[in-house]
Amino acid sequence: MTSKDDAGAAPKPVRQGFGAAPGRSKKPTSGSEPPEGAESDSEQSEPKPDLLPDDATVDLVKEREESGVDEVLAELDRELIGLVAVKQRISEIAALLLVDRARRQFGLESERPNLHMSFTGSPGTGKTTVAMRMAALLYRLGYLRRGHLVSVTRDDLVGQYVGHTAPKTKDVVKRAMGGLLFIDEAYYLYRPENERDYGQESIEILLQVMENDRDDLVVVLAGYAERMDIFFKSNPGMSSRIGHHLDFPEYEVDELVGIADLLLGQQNYRLAENADSVLRDYIGRRREQPRFANARSVRNALERARLRQARRLVDTDGEVSKDDLVTLTPDDFLGSRVFQDEPLN
Amino acid sequence: MRITQGQFSYLPELTDKEIFAQVQYALDNDWPLSIEYTDDPHPRNTYWEMHALPMFDLADAAGVVKEINQARKDHPETYIRVNAYDASLSRQTVAMSYLVQRPTNEPGFRLERQESNDRVVRYTTHAYVTDRPSGQRYSAQ
Repeated sequence: MTSKDDAGAAPKPVRQGFGAAPGRSKKPTSGSEPPEGAESDSEQSEPKPDLLPDDATVDLVKEREESGVDEVLAELDRELIGLVAVKQRISEIAALLLVDRARRQFGLESERPNLHMSFTGSPGTGKTTVAMRMAALLYRLGYLRRGHLVSVTRDDLVGQYVGHTAPKTKDVVKRAMGGLLFIDEAYYLYRPENERDYGQESIEILLQVMENDRDDLVVVLAGYAERMDIFFKSNPGMSSRIGHHLDFPEYEVDELVGIADLLLGQQNYRLAENADSVLRDYIGRRREQPRFANARSVRNALERARLRQARRLVDTDGEVSKDDLVTLTPDDFLGSRVFQDEPLN
Repeated sequence: MRITQGQFSYLPELTDKEIFAQVQYALDNDWPLSIEYTDDPHPRNTYWEMHALPMFDLADAAGVVKEINQARKDHPETYIRVNAYDASLSRQTVAMSYLVQRPTNEPGFRLERQESNDRVVRYTTHAYVTDRPSGQRYSAQ
């Protein structure tokens, strides 16, 4: 292979397109020897900070302000009623991440905290909402590069035939990189009654990702408590890779009323003065009935109250004021099925 | 002979950090990325082999970089390039395309002159490696 015959010596028309640039330094790259910095590609988005001397101090309050954690936490407090234990844990996580950041300024390396979580609780207790907040929070703290939420269920992860599952799961994982992967009703992934179920394959890939790519994404598994227990029992590896098991308790009546107020405020409605106690009574009764889904049921109840209000307004003579349009009266709630058997005294 | 194809080919090889940044740039522009490889270095070899499927709906470059590293592992000693496709109306074409791996030894090309009728000479470039069957071109060296 002599260089004489190389395209470098070829006539002009042929040389176009891949002309050898003379004097260029050759720097061959092979697959087995990736260029510098290949190993640390997960760290590369954050520039290396100048280390502080040992006797310096870090103002945590200032750090806190700069990171904007307080805004997220305050928003959490304002917009999520109840969930005291959950909020407590979230602020603990936020504090840990803040301290971790301060430590890094001194060059104190510690392993990145395990941020994978499981959210267990009854329907409508705010698991998805908290997951969304969590993504924003971790983004503010610099632990997620993008802070987006990818919400998936079994359908998105498990394929329909042999060899379909792995690419599908990996695709979802790639989409969630830099953000938070929220797997709703995660227990459906494991179906013990069918030993050939592809869900197991998906679980194995997730386990691997949760271990190897924990710098790039946070996995949150959510589902109803009892079934998640069974899921974790049959997949002990999954349980041990999750750092935070958060339990979402059922809401109390007071909290549900607070949620109703919040929802009404968001949609520019308000309760008539005497409707307050009716709503409270309604929630108390509905709570005892089967298929009660906490905040979701409250939202549905408000939807139906809006329907009844609309019908009531249309049935009147036609002249309505702004006040009429925004006010929900007791009648709008009393029309509900829960009051049918024993009417309000 | 170091072949120059695609973007950045007259620059020093991109480091993984730079590749990460370039991928992120493409993603920020909503361009889905795909990875291709080949062991035929001819400049007119347009259609390379696909490594896995094109990646849609990604937000962060980490996913693509992982796939690039996987491609490097699966296909050592080949050319690997990353394409970013701009699907927006009126463009609908490849917006970025650059090499992220090349073989250690690139023997280069031979110029072939074919003497045709009436003293006409036709020129052909012939990659030395293509004398060997695909799959054995760079690994045997």
